[in-house]
Amino acid sequence: MTGYHLAELNIGTARAPTDAPEMAGFMAGIIPVNALADTAPGFVWRLADGDGPGATALRPCGPDIMVNMSVWQDLESLRDFVYRNGPHLDFMRRRRAWFHPMAVPYLVLWWVPAGHIPGMDEALSRLDLLRRDGPGPQAFTFRDPYPPPVQAPVARHR
Amino acid sequence: MSEISIIAVLDDPVRRSLYDYVSARGDGVSRSEAAAATGIGRTLAAFHLDRLAEAGLVEVTFARPSGRTGPGAGRPAKLYRRAVTEHQVSVPPRDYRAAAELLAEVVDLTGAEPELQRSARNRGAAAGRAAREQAPGLPDGDLVTGALSAQGYQPYRDRADVRLRNCPFHLLAGRHPPLICGMNLALLEGLLAGAGVSGLTARLDPRPGECCVVLEKSKNNHN
Repeated sequence: MTGYHLAELNIGTARAPTDAPEMAGFMAGIIPVNALADTAPGFVWRLADGDGPGATALRPCGPDIMVNMSVWQDLESLRDFVYRNGPHLDFMRRRRAWFHPMAVPYLVLWWVPAGHIPGMDEALSRLDLLRRDGPGPQAFTFRDPYPPPVQAPVARHR
Repeated sequence: MSEISIIAVLDDPVRRSLYDYVSARGDGVSRSEAAAATGIGRTLAAFHLDRLAEAGLVEVTFARPSGRTGPGAGRPAKLYRRAVTEHQVSVPPRDYRAAAELLAEVVDLTGAEPELQRSARNRGAAAGRAAREQAPGLPDGDLVTGALSAQGYQPYRDRADVRLRNCPFHLLAGRHPPLICGMNLALLEGLLAGAGVSGLTARLDPRPGECCVVLEKSKNNHN
């Protein structure tokens, strides 16, 4: 155990409002996918607030941009859920039907002290950091990950 | 060892068939199993397997049969499994992986995934039609596993389903999972359609260390 958990934020520009017919597949699919996340190994917390399922009603980045945030025990647990869970991978495979492509990074990972639940300001500042400086210890991606901070050594009594 | 010497270690039919057998099995294989599967003696199998291990083409682990522990549990068996490291030789030098990485990034950035999936489905269908033309009388199951083997997927039967031991796009898929797994699914959907096989349906269902697609017995199958 490193004393750190992995936080993630991902955003997406929806092609239509959530009640539009084009988004019906997404809105229906998000419910079982969220349920799978809740029971996935290493899952700690996910953002859920507002009127829709999960975080679908939240708009901290503007009217068309949907957000999702979660915390996991380590990078491998998150990677396994995002990319090696059948239903979630299939959901990701179909994302173009619901979300515009983005030329700038839309997913950021960062380490938080175990037990800390990040707020939206913290998450968005990490995304800004990633977009400005590229991957680094404070904000990174699956393709360019960074390890959790090393615990400071305990001072030895002489 | 240079890449070319590593690959050259496979230039022996017996050693090659041992490697293929170990490679197609997901779990560790003992020298007895490998010897029996390839029809050679255990000593000869051990010799070849150790040559493969020296070259880094197979990895060695030790395990006790049926997980027994403690005194009298039996000597741990030496087990061989396919090594994870990839090896490539191309003459003249070619680097298709660098181009694939660039193209994958651009498809991701521009959102051209639907077009990629369409192209992949067409390509898969062409391969399926070609397989059917070459062997029109072959039962569907054999036709599909034959075509999948030829493309390097290392298919194996799991009850009524076909599972795939190997991902031909492994490193690229690791960097662009939904993009490449979506492309792969489309290729395999196309293969089934092109070969006229309705008894199997391709679906995303990753298993650790294997390809992300399963070919399942279709629901409402009349074949």
